[in-house]
Amino acid sequence: MIEIEELLREFQGLAPPELERWIGNAWIRPDGMPGHYRFHEIDVARIRLIIELKETMEVSEAALPTVLSLLDQLYEMRRRMHRLNQAMAVNVPRDLAARLLAAMSP
Amino acid sequence: MAEDPYKLLGVEKTASAEDIRKAYRKLAKQYHPDLNPGNKAAEDTFKSISAANELLSDAEKRARYDRGEIDASGAEKAPPRSYRHYAESGPGERYAYAGGGGGEGGFGGENFEDIFSTIFNRGQAGGGTAPMRGRDEQYRLEAGFLDAVNGATQRLTLPDGQTLDVKIPPGTASGDVLRLRGRGGAGRNNGPAGDALIEIDVAPHPFFVRDGRDLRLELPIALREAVLGAKIAVPTPGGSVAMTVQPGADTGTELRLRGRGVPAHGGQPAGDLYVKLRVMIGPPDPALAAFLREHEPAQPVNPRAAMEGA
Repeated sequence: MIEIEELLREFQGLAPPELERWIGNAWIRPDGMPGHYRFHEIDVARIRLIIELKETMEVSEAALPTVLSLLDQLYEMRRRMHRLNQAMAVNVPRDLAARLLAAMSP
Repeated sequence: MAEDPYKLLGVEKTASAEDIRKAYRKLAKQYHPDLNPGNKAAEDTFKSISAANELLSDAEKRARYDRGEIDASGAEKAPPRSYRHYAESGPGERYAYAGGGGGEGGFGGENFEDIFSTIFNRGQAGGGTAPMRGRDEQYRLEAGFLDAVNGATQRLTLPDGQTLDVKIPPGTASGDVLRLRGRGGAGRNNGPAGDALIEIDVAPHPFFVRDGRDLRLELPIALREAVLGAKIAVPTPGGSVAMTVQPGADTGTELRLRGRGVPAHGGQPAGDLYVKLRVMIGPPDPALAAFLREHEPAQPVNPRAAMEGA
């Protein structure tokens, strides 16, 4: 976990009020309170993602919440699918797994 | 990263900074790992074009590369891990989708867990060993008007041919639901049976009308009974009752038979029967006609007085 000073060193072009706004919008959810934020690695990666979305991919400020929401939904679905895969790997008998695979293939 | 950064971005050696920026953006939109989850090739391509862009978008580095002072990988630094690296594993829960309103997590009842519990409950008859209560079954039963007023026992034949004796309590109204405990679907693994829920439809009656605990009845009387008065038999739910009609009774006169409505039940007192008289002249009667032709009423009456001027 890192403090805001280190974070801003890593993202040179990011203005602190901008970051505060992202936190206010819950786009970024660090631990701690205003003035004493602590950022996890995923927070840092998400800040990088937002910068890339805005600058490189020209996603407008207005469209950003929609894009983030869709990404969050996609990743939640993929995390669940991953857990499902793990659960099936352990619990589904081989013959059933084969039948399921056959039914799933296009 | 040894590949020619110009080729990676698909631009000429003479491309302007703007051309390079446009080319990079176009490719980044296509290959960004967060837009291609699970696609390793896209992720690698994105890393390559990012590195190429980093080199070529820096005028000084680009000049050094063009002069052959550094190779394509010379400027590359270890790229940071993508957001996807975290989002797809445990830390991703930090940004779990909260739904439009925020608050309840998940996909509103469409979780895999829900889907699978649905599938497995339907698919496997014996799934699980925990005792489960049987289902409640819904039935409709039509009750006769007087049976519903007085109470009765009625036999209901179930779809599977079994029969249920349904005890309809006095004062049952249309829409009332009776619950027969343990007469619904069988439980599983020694679980208790569900209940039978029986909704009662009360059939209409040819002359009684229900009004809560009271009943209403329109009772025809003969002209002679109306004029002279009489003791007449009135049907009630509990059998015929003698009622006195005073001389001079008229159509619309309402009499109350106390306690002759819905019988007392469950702590409720009995209702009343309201009897509204309707005078019937009957078939033509020459003697009556002759009498009326000669008859001069002491007080002439205009029964339509109230309607005049309307």
